[in-house]
Amino acid sequence: MTKQATGVLATLGTLFALSAAAFAQDGEPIKMGVLEDQSGDFAVATIGKVHGIELAAEEINANGGIDGRPLELVTYDTQSDNRRYQEFMRRVLQRDKVDVVFAGFSSASREAYRPIVDQFDGLAFYNNQYEGGVCDANMIVTGAVPEQQFSTLIPYMVEKYGKNVYTIAADYNFGQISAEWVRDIVKENGGTMVGEEFIPLGVSQFSQTIQNIQKAKPDFLVTLLVGTAQASYYEQASSANVDLPMASSVNVGQGYEHKRFQPPSLANMYVTTNWIEEVDNPASKSFVEKWHKKFPDEPYINQEAENSYVAVYLYKQMVERAGSTDHDAIRKVIAEGDVCMDAPEGRVCIDPKSQHMSHTIYLAKVSEDHSISFPKVWDDIKPYWLGHVGCDLTKENPEAQYTPSDNPKKNDG
Amino acid sequence: MDFLSGLFSFLYQTGDAFAFLVLSACGLAVIFGMMGIINLAHGEFILCGAYVTTSAVRMGLPLPIAILVGTLVAGLVGMLLERVIIRHLYARPLDSIVVTWGISMIVTQGTLIILGSTMPGTGTPFGSFTVAGYGYSVYRFVLMLAAVATLAVLWLIFTRTRFGILARATIQVPHIAEALGVNTSLIYSLTFGLGAALAGLCGGLYAPTMTLVPTMGSAFVVEAFVTVVVGGADIFLGTAPAAAILAVVKAGLTSWQGQLAGQIGLLVAVIVVIRILPRGLTGFILRERT
Repeated sequence: MTKQATGVLATLGTLFALSAAAFAQDGEPIKMGVLEDQSGDFAVATIGKVHGIELAAEEINANGGIDGRPLELVTYDTQSDNRRYQEFMRRVLQRDKVDVVFAGFSSASREAYRPIVDQFDGLAFYNNQYEGGVCDANMIVTGAVPEQQFSTLIPYMVEKYGKNVYTIAADYNFGQISAEWVRDIVKENGGTMVGEEFIPLGVSQFSQTIQNIQKAKPDFLVTLLVGTAQASYYEQASSANVDLPMASSVNVGQGYEHKRFQPPSLANMYVTTNWIEEVDNPASKSFVEKWHKKFPDEPYINQEAENSYVAVYLYKQMVERAGSTDHDAIRKVIAEGDVCMDAPEGRVCIDPKSQHMSHTIYLAKVSEDHSISFPKVWDDIKPYWLGHVGCDLTKENPEAQYTPSDNPKKNDG
Repeated sequence: MDFLSGLFSFLYQTGDAFAFLVLSACGLAVIFGMMGIINLAHGEFILCGAYVTTSAVRMGLPLPIAILVGTLVAGLVGMLLERVIIRHLYARPLDSIVVTWGISMIVTQGTLIILGSTMPGTGTPFGSFTVAGYGYSVYRFVLMLAAVATLAVLWLIFTRTRFGILARATIQVPHIAEALGVNTSLIYSLTFGLGAALAGLCGGLYAPTMTLVPTMGSAFVVEAFVTVVVGGADIFLGTAPAAAILAVVKAGLTSWQGQLAGQIGLLVAVIVVIRILPRGLTGFILRERT
């Protein structure tokens, strides 16, 4: 408890230090809105995002800020509540007049605030893996998308374990669209969907679902469960000895279930993630070390935390190259196609057509004792799909979200 | 053989849903049925039971003892809360809703700030067994037994003990009970504590099977309220049969059409019951008897 209290004090201290630094420097501060869930159902996965932004801001300010201007954070707790996102998005854009907003965990929350960003012509970074398809010039997405996570994961699983696939997914836009992706890719690889079930958010009891899965006898299971309540599935499936290989784009990399649950409930799970703290390379090691120095009590540094940290530096680069925080100037810089940096995961670049980010994709495997190994790594996987369906933000701005049913080449029924 | 394994799996699923509904609703039913307080902090007593139980297991206590500790702590916290806050609100049922809701938010957020966003689980004991190709968790049977045992013990408490009789007297006509020398304020305290302890028991029992987070109570609250609303004020005439009926509805629909259908079925059942039987099953059964 005292440890926590000192943590809070330390954070406050740095905040004061930050604002003091802000006054000490020349130039008006660049204001960054931070809307993330620091309480509620999603907090486990998202507190790290706020820390990532704070860490990057502190480093940037200690090194002279962005183009000589200090970076000032305007942070609100969105409480895992879509209405709070709308309320605070209006507040940061209208009252606080921020230059950029970093916002959102769930896709429902993103779609709740996106029209407001468009309405006030704001600029928002969405630093989360998601179901893909957002083609909106006011959004920059640094999280991984299905062509990066599923086009790698599903063929690997089909080849290794077999062609019969069962999906359980959270019942909202993320789960539904991701499941559509899985369905398409399974089919492309000659597999069959033997079952699919959508689980309402907040459901925590899974005995019937477990039985439905056992009845369908899949070769592996795709889990797209979201939120802490749904995470109870793993413990319950393990105690019923389901013992199926699992594939996921959200587990481990977001909610670090392998740390939170008793082994072996997550054994044999495969996750494609663009970074987790177990990634073993020098850049990532020193990143983890740096992080723990500032946040010694951090239980886990997840992929979204890294995305958020990287995104602050990418924004810095864009502003410095554009010479201002003006959105059109920033978009011109993005259109040059070489907004890149060496992140802890490896080299990442922003794709001008979709304003999404290329990633190194790590296949993380959870073993019996919940340690992580990486059987496969894919370098530089590009977010190509949006360009493929006709999204080109350098030419027009549809402010829409595409789904796999928009796929032009899909004519095999 | 196919029929038998199908029957077994249906009974197992129904029993599992029944256990969840009974255990999550009992505490709420005692506090609402006996005292007329609608306790929106119910989920947080469950949280308290779960966290204390898990911490006790981590400190080396065996699980059954740890669950008892969790139950007792939740009960004591409940009594304390009754003394300090709830007792001033007996004449103001609407205010008590707002106050308990506030307590719930303070506890959830306080837990998040003090204990962090998550607590590591302890793992489900006893392992699994297989019937006709389907794996089942043994611990789920423990939960079913616990639900039945809880109902039995409550029945004994309210019909066979001095506390039960005094409690019922106090609830029926408080001033007469007081005139006859019953320490009604103590009875209120104990009844509220009992309700809180039952919530703690639920948390303790389900702690090994769930993700431990500050918001975990909310996973129980909807089902608890649905059961109490369908059941009405009496635990034995209301909560228990309501849980049985809802369990059949939920297990049937979930196995047929998935979790979403199960959830919808529960809520539709409530709407139907409120429309036809405004006082719940309790009202229906009591009217039948008179």
